[in-house]
Amino acid sequence: MYFGRVIGCAWSTVKHPALQGLRMLVVQPLTPELQNTGKRLLCTDCTGAGAGELVYWVRGKEASFPFLPAEPPTDTTIVGIVDSVHLKAIATPPPAAKAEPAPARNGRKVRKS
Amino acid sequence: MLIARVVGELVATQKHPSHEGRKLLLVQPLNLDGSNRGDAVVALDAVDAGVGDQVLLTTDGFSAMTTVGRPQSPIDMAVIAFIDSIELVPGVS
Repeated sequence: MYFGRVIGCAWSTVKHPALQGLRMLVVQPLTPELQNTGKRLLCTDCTGAGAGELVYWVRGKEASFPFLPAEPPTDTTIVGIVDSVHLKAIATPPPAAKAEPAPARNGRKVRKS
Repeated sequence: MLIARVVGELVATQKHPSHEGRKLLLVQPLNLDGSNRGDAVVALDAVDAGVGDQVLLTTDGFSAMTTVGRPQSPIDMAVIAFIDSIELVPGVS
């Protein structure tokens, strides 16, 4: 499944009869940080998503399964509306402790008086 | 199947009924050297994985549906195993 945002919808009057009544939405794939990535695409919809909503969609033959027993010729279908994304920073090893800078030496011995 | 790392979780209330009761994970596919391989994807969880885990991701619909136990449902990716370690034979690759 892929993650993105609905940015519009598409209208089609002349289409395969099995596509009658299906909503077609334009989606923009996003990274987990919600930055745009990749190219926009059209998805059919089985959830009632609207413009601006975060969604995820399924790709391939499985895209027609939400409409069973009908088998519309679709290869991407929105199957869920995302309420929130939880990202946790993956634990990284702490930065190595900074070594004390070596005292400057000018080639002379420091004499203690 | 791909090596991947779980980077986050999604919460979705309005979704296809076949996805109920399973976690939705954001997973980042990885190369063998640990660098990112393409964009992150959404996968259903079959093994109770969490953020930070290195996992095995199937990108085939049939495998994903059967592992999650929901045949004939719109699922095309699932997390199906944890990866403990990867051993490469030196000099072969």
